[in-house]
Amino acid sequence: MVLTRVFLITGLCWVGLVQATPEIQHWQTSNGARVYFVPAHELPMVDVRVVFDAGSARDGGKAGLALMTNGLMDEGAAGLDSDELAGRFDSLGAQFGGHSMKDMAMFTLRSLNDKHLLQPALKTMAQVLSQPDFPTDALERERARVLTSLQHEAQSPGAISGKAFYSAVYGEHPYGQPANGTEESIKALTRKDLQNYHGRYYVAHNALVAIVGDVSRAEAEQMAENLLAGLKEGEAVQALPKVTGLAHAKNIHIDHPSSQTHVLMGQPGMRRGDDDYFPLYVGNHVLGGGGFVSRITNEVREKRGLSYSAYSYFTPMREEGPFTLGLQTANKNVAEALTVLKDTLDTFIQQGPTEKELEASKKNITGGLALRTDSNKDIIGYIAMIGFYGQPLDYLDTFIDTVNAVTVAQVRDAYLRRVIPPLMVTVTVGGEQGVEPAGSEH
Amino acid sequence: MGFRSSKKLGLVSGLVLILSACGTTSMHTTEAMSEQSEATTRSAKVHEYFLKNGLKLIVKEDHRAPVVVSQIWYKIGPSYEYGGITGVSHVLEHMMFKGTRKHAAGEFSRIISEHGGRENAFTGPDYTAYFQQLEASRLPISFEMESDRMRNLLLPEDEFLKEVKVVMEERRMRTEDKPGSLTYEQFKATAFQSSPYQQPIIGWMNDLENLTVADLRSWYRQWYAPNNATVIVVGDVNPDEVFKLAKKYFGSFKPSTIVPAKPRLEPEQKGERRITVKAPAELPVLIMGYKTPVLKTVDEPWKAYALEMVAGVLSGGKSARLSKELVRGKQLANSAGAGYSLASRLDSLFILEGVPAKGHTVAELEQALREQVERLSTELVDEVELERIKAQVVAAKVYEQDSVFYQAMQMGILETVDLSWQVGEDYVENLRAITAEQIRQVAREFLVGDGLTVGVLDPQPIDKAAGHKMSGGHNGSH
Repeated sequence: MVLTRVFLITGLCWVGLVQATPEIQHWQTSNGARVYFVPAHELPMVDVRVVFDAGSARDGGKAGLALMTNGLMDEGAAGLDSDELAGRFDSLGAQFGGHSMKDMAMFTLRSLNDKHLLQPALKTMAQVLSQPDFPTDALERERARVLTSLQHEAQSPGAISGKAFYSAVYGEHPYGQPANGTEESIKALTRKDLQNYHGRYYVAHNALVAIVGDVSRAEAEQMAENLLAGLKEGEAVQALPKVTGLAHAKNIHIDHPSSQTHVLMGQPGMRRGDDDYFPLYVGNHVLGGGGFVSRITNEVREKRGLSYSAYSYFTPMREEGPFTLGLQTANKNVAEALTVLKDTLDTFIQQGPTEKELEASKKNITGGLALRTDSNKDIIGYIAMIGFYGQPLDYLDTFIDTVNAVTVAQVRDAYLRRVIPPLMVTVTVGGEQGVEPAGSEH
Repeated sequence: MGFRSSKKLGLVSGLVLILSACGTTSMHTTEAMSEQSEATTRSAKVHEYFLKNGLKLIVKEDHRAPVVVSQIWYKIGPSYEYGGITGVSHVLEHMMFKGTRKHAAGEFSRIISEHGGRENAFTGPDYTAYFQQLEASRLPISFEMESDRMRNLLLPEDEFLKEVKVVMEERRMRTEDKPGSLTYEQFKATAFQSSPYQQPIIGWMNDLENLTVADLRSWYRQWYAPNNATVIVVGDVNPDEVFKLAKKYFGSFKPSTIVPAKPRLEPEQKGERRITVKAPAELPVLIMGYKTPVLKTVDEPWKAYALEMVAGVLSGGKSARLSKELVRGKQLANSAGAGYSLASRLDSLFILEGVPAKGHTVAELEQALREQVERLSTELVDEVELERIKAQVVAAKVYEQDSVFYQAMQMGILETVDLSWQVGEDYVENLRAITAEQIRQVAREFLVGDGLTVGVLDPQPIDKAAGHKMSGGHNGSH
C-alpha cells in the first residue's frame, strides 16, 4: 500500500481537456452504430471501447439487471466458456473487461497492434458483444458473487452512505435504484431477463465505438464494422424520466460500528450539456473540486484537521446527476464538521467566488489541458463521453474559451438558482457518538 | 472484490500489495560521485546524472505530449522507523506542504494549481516521494519548490497539531473502519518480528497520538538531503537542459551525513504462525504469507523473477489458476489472489489471499490454497500457461508507456530500494527467461510451511438493531 496525501476521488466531474486537441474522426457502421476515432501512432497499441446506453438506469424495476447482463456476457459466448474466453484474451496479451454504471455499459479492449494479436482479440470481443450464451452455471456463480458484494458493502460505511444518498436524492427515479441490486432483486433475476435485456439494449443503434491507437482510418473502419456486425440494428432507447427536485430536506442517520462517521450531502445537480454546466463546474473548482486550493478542503481539513478528505463535485449524467458534498470524521466531530461544510456552502452560494479565486481556478482548468489528454487512455475516455452524451465534436476546441468566459456573476447566479441548501439530503453513517445531522432541529 | 489481489504482473503492481522486502542495509553513500553527463544506459531515452552533492537525476524523454512529470524520491520511509515513532515519515510527508520561509503553508499547492498542474505525495514502505505534473515548459517551478522544501521546511507546531489529526482521520478511514485492512495490519505485525515491515505505513494510532513536532524536525534533518534523494523526470524535455536546471536549483546544497538504518534482519521463522482478528464485518478474509527474499537480497537474481512468475501463474489475469480453479471451477472462493513484488529493500512476503464463497469456510479455502502451493512444488507448470503469462508481461511493457507517471514511478521505486532503473528495462527479458523447472524450484525453496503466517478475519455481528433514522419534512432543515 502506498499512502497519498490527498484521497483521490474517482468519478469527479470529468471534463477532459485537450490543448492541441486531437482531431476526432466520426462515422457510422453499416448497421448504424456511431464510431469515434483518434489515430495515435506513437505506441504500437490500440484501445477500443464499445459503449451502450445500457447502464442501471435501464434496469426497469429489476435492480441489478444491467450489471448482471454486462457481467455475464464474457462468462460464455459463441459456445466458448468463461475459461476459454479469458484464456484467449490473456494469451494474446490483451486486456479486456466489461463495466456497467448508471448511464453507460461498456466493454473495453487494449491490445498490441500486431495483427496476429489484435485480430483474434477483436474477434473474441465481437463474440462477447453479439453472441453471449448466459450459461446457467455462470449465472448462478455470478449471482452468488454479487450477493457477496452486497455483504461487502454492508460492512463499509462509505458504501452504505453512498447507497442511502442516491436512494434519498432520487427516490423512485432509476438513478435511485442500486446498480448492484438488492438481495431480493438479484435472487429474482432469470436467464430470460438477461437475454431480453441484451436483445433490447446491446444493439447497434444504441451503441458507439471509440478507437484510439496505432491503426489507419481504413483499419479502424474495418474494426468497428466487424466488431458490431453480429449486433441487430435495434432501436435507440427512450429518454429517461426527468429528475424531479426534492420537495423537502431529508436527514438520514444509519448506525454503524465505525470510528468515523461518513457524511454525504447533496441534491440533483446537472446534466451533460446543461445550460449552467460551465458556471457550475468552474465554480465548484473553487468550492470543493480543486483539492487543496478549494474552500471546503481549506475550511474542513487545513484549518481544523477534521477530515482527511472533504470535497464537493457534480456528476453530470444523461439526466441530472447529483451534486455531492462529503467528508469523513471521527464520530465525536460530526456536528462540527457538518456545520463547517454547510456554512462553507452557504457562504459560497450567497457571495460567489472572488475574482481572484475564479481566475486561479480557470488557470488550473485551462492550464491543465495538456495533462488531461496526454495518454491514449485519457483520450478514449474523452471521445466516448463526447459520443455518448452527444457533445459537439468541436467541444474540445471551444473548451478553453468557454471556461475563460465564465464570470463571477454567472457562477453566483447559477449557484443561487441551482443549489438549494434547505432542500438537501444529508446522510450520516457512523458509530455511537454520531449525532443527528445538524439540520434537524426538532 | 478481493482487496489487494494483484491482477497483473509488473513492478508497480506489487505496490498495491504493501509488500515489503528484506535484507542488507541499503543506505546510500556519497563517495566518489562525479558530475557526469550520462552514465551507462541501455535505453537510448534514459539519462542518468549525479550532482556533486550526491543528488541523482534520471531523465526519460517522452515526446508524445507536451507534458512533464517530476518526482523527487527520498530514501526514507516507514521501514526506517523504530518503535514509538511509527508513522513519522508519512506525517512529515503531509507537513512538507506546510511552508518554508519563502512559501507560506499551502502556497506550493496554489502555485502548482495556477500553473494547471497536479501535485501530490506518497509514502511507501521504503520511500517518501513528491510529484508535480505540468505542461513541459513549467518544470522549473517544480524544481524551485522541491529544492526549497528539501532544506528550508519550517514545521510550525500549530500546523503539525492540525495535520496529525488529519492523519488520524486517514488512519480511521483506511484501517480502523476497514476490517480487511485491519486484518492485514495485524497479519504483517505477526509475520515480521524484527523487520520494520511489521509496522504499518501510517503508524500505530498510539504512536500518532504521541508524535511531536520535535520528532518530525529531527527526522527531516536526518533524511532530507540531496545525497538521499533521486529526482526523476519523464516527459517532453531535453535531458541536458534538465540537468542544468537541477544544478541551478539543487546544486548549492551541501550533502548531509546519512547514517544507515540498522539492518533489523528478520530471524528465520521456525514454524507456522496464525492469528485471528475479530471485527464487525459480514465476510471473513484469509491472508497467507510466506517469507521470501527480494531481488536486492536473494542469492541468485533469477529466483526473484521466478517468484514473480509464480504469482503470475496463480493470479495473472482471469485465466490464471486461482480464478479459474477456485473462483469458477470449484467455486470455493468469492475472490482469490496472489502477490509478490521483487522490488523492496528488505525480505518480503509472497501472499495468497481470498474470501470464501458463500457456503464455504475459511478452512476450506486455506486448504485449497495450500494445495495450489503444493502443486507448484511438485508439478511443472504447463508450457501453454507459461507462454500466456509471458505474452501478458510483454504486452504490459508496451501499455505502461501510455503513462508518463507510471514510467517515472517504476524507476523511482527501483532506485529507492537500491536497485537500478535498469531493472525495469530488463524486467521482461528476465521474466521471459524463467523456466517451469525454476518455478518449481522457488516454490520448493520458499513456499514452505515453516515460513508461513496465516491471518483470518473472524466477522463479528454488525449491530443492525440500531437501524435507520430519518427525519426531515419541511421543517427539517434551516
